[in-house]
Amino acid sequence: MLQYSIKRILMAIPVVMFISFIVFYIIQLPPGDYVSSYSAQMTAAGEVMTQADMDQMRANLGLDRPVYEQYAIWIKKIVFYGDFGYSFNYNKPVMDVVKQYMGLTLVVSLVTMAFQYIVAIPIGIYTAVKQYSAGDYFFSGISFLGMATPNFLLAIILMYLSYTWFGDPLLGLFSSEYVNAPWSMAKMMDLLKHLVIPVIVIGLASTADLIRVMRGQMLDELNKPNVITARSKGLSETKILFKYPTRAALNPIVSTFGWSLSSIFTGSTITAIVLNLPIQGPVMYKALLGQDMYLAGSWLLFMSLLTVLGTLISDILLAWLDPKIRTEFRGN
Amino acid sequence: MRTLPVFRRSTTEALKPEAAKDINYSSQWRLMYIKFKRHKLARISLYVLGFLYFVALFAQFIAPYGLQSYDSKYVNAPPMTVRFIDGEGKFHLQPFVYELKSARDPETMRKIFVADTEKKYSLQFFVKGEEYKFLGLIPTTRHLFGVEEPGRLFMLGTDAMGRDMFSRIVLGSQISLSIPLVGVGISFVLGLIIGGISGYFGGWLDSIIQRIIEIIRSFPTLPLWMALSAAIPPRIPIVTMYLYIVIIFAFIGWTDLARVVRGKFISLKNEDYVIAAKIAGVGNTKIIVKHLLPGFISYLVVATTLAIPNMILGETAMSFLGLGIRSPATSWGVLLQEAQKIENVALYPWKLIPLGFVILTVLAYNFLGDGLRDAADPYKK
Repeated sequence: MLQYSIKRILMAIPVVMFISFIVFYIIQLPPGDYVSSYSAQMTAAGEVMTQADMDQMRANLGLDRPVYEQYAIWIKKIVFYGDFGYSFNYNKPVMDVVKQYMGLTLVVSLVTMAFQYIVAIPIGIYTAVKQYSAGDYFFSGISFLGMATPNFLLAIILMYLSYTWFGDPLLGLFSSEYVNAPWSMAKMMDLLKHLVIPVIVIGLASTADLIRVMRGQMLDELNKPNVITARSKGLSETKILFKYPTRAALNPIVSTFGWSLSSIFTGSTITAIVLNLPIQGPVMYKALLGQDMYLAGSWLLFMSLLTVLGTLISDILLAWLDPKIRTEFRGN
Repeated sequence: MRTLPVFRRSTTEALKPEAAKDINYSSQWRLMYIKFKRHKLARISLYVLGFLYFVALFAQFIAPYGLQSYDSKYVNAPPMTVRFIDGEGKFHLQPFVYELKSARDPETMRKIFVADTEKKYSLQFFVKGEEYKFLGLIPTTRHLFGVEEPGRLFMLGTDAMGRDMFSRIVLGSQISLSIPLVGVGISFVLGLIIGGISGYFGGWLDSIIQRIIEIIRSFPTLPLWMALSAAIPPRIPIVTMYLYIVIIFAFIGWTDLARVVRGKFISLKNEDYVIAAKIAGVGNTKIIVKHLLPGFISYLVVATTLAIPNMILGETAMSFLGLGIRSPATSWGVLLQEAQKIENVALYPWKLIPLGFVILTVLAYNFLGDGLRDAADPYKK
């Protein structure tokens, strides 16, 4: 087990190195750089930057060097000092910007994750046990719709409904009076109220997916010989259900745990932009558009690392739960 | 025989020994076809998609107005009701619409539109309108239907610039429906070739290709889409922009297919019949095309179909954020941009109509893929 985990971690290192290189290449792809977009902003504001000013600014920011040199400096700083560069837009180090939004991003992601497991597992069990019942069709229909609706538009529809029913579209994560207020019970309640729409919207697609997986697994497990034996022994149906098929069916669900967290993290981006949530998504979207390359790059790198890490955790969890995979790997 | 009721004829046919034999001797494709036909939802989806693509093909002819034709008199006009019965309760065989008259809401003082029952325009087929090229070849001014000038027909309302939503949805479907198809087509070819090389030849080539696939798959799809789309230079010709976006989608999509192809190649290449062919001196190309491909092409078709919905949702999301298709080109995602503001949705709910088409298409592709998967699975009853 330990050997497998170590091998798996070592295999991830070259992947991460390549990713960092590709990330840097992608973020400097857009035509122009931060200086040209800054000068365009300045011009719009009525101030004109001369060519000399722009060259000076480029030299200060290190943007006049060749791409590979910029990349080398960026990576060197990350590895040795944990310094991800400077955000031009925010005028502070990238890490500070990330830290500022990290807390709420984590809150939204974790709550969404909890929501999807709490909702999907019972529904998955129910639809499998009562296959082809009205409830089964109802939930299957909902999960199909959930997968087919672009989630950002669902956000708009929910906002509209909440606006017509409660007179408040519930934009953002806090009401205006609580944004800068210190933490209190009232602020917590306000946050919870505002979390409802984002959590449903971000979690719906993966919840729908989880329901389908759980239902399929349960259907496979329900007719296994151990269930029939248990029934013939006279165990109660509830006890049978939770003791055998549910436990076995949970394995693949649990193993996607790591992967699921990273997919929520990245999947929340567009919803967050539409709902104007003070979390990573909108910040990075602006960074991408405004050529704030180190912020955008760090974000892309961070997301990719999270995906690699999620896959890693999932693989290790799966190996832990399923001895077949472990031995197969050792056999190679 | 001719006068027998239909159901009787079919029962007698099914009982004939030839029919049973027919099943036993049918080719794999024929069996798949029979199974697919039984999947009702998939069959309906196929018709729905067929209809949508048919409309997209003849979009310029079907849309009453052009993509950019606007009328500032009718900004944010609601959908018109096509009527058969007029204000006096008289029935007309030919459907008609009333002209829209702008007025003020007495309470909110907002501009609203009311039907002017004095002026009515009947709906006509093959009316003259803007000039366009039928199928891109024959210049003509005839549109499938419409009303005569100065009347206006807004079946699904208008947008903030007074452009007909129905026409824009129909014309936008050309881009929205073709991008996923072209993108998936490119992914299909790339996946087939690269996955095939990886699986068939194996060795160090396989290792390198697998590492590359692993790296590409390590990127989270959405942020990568966003970053790459942000790199598309502004103010480029529509065709170039279209190509860029298709390439971005294909670049991310091919890895899934390559993995399927590789897996199938590996499991099939050591089958006795393939080894026999090799010993008999058959060349690599012929083995691949004649012996390996037919073994799993059905799985590939399924995987490809199921990859399309994600591309549709991706294109819609990117265009919605202004990172995908940009005006003057129009796709359903671009049309939904106006729905970004909650006020717009609250006051003019018809701006969400393009969403219905997105959902319909995605659902249809999902059901079609499900049906194909069941049909392609030889063990499924």
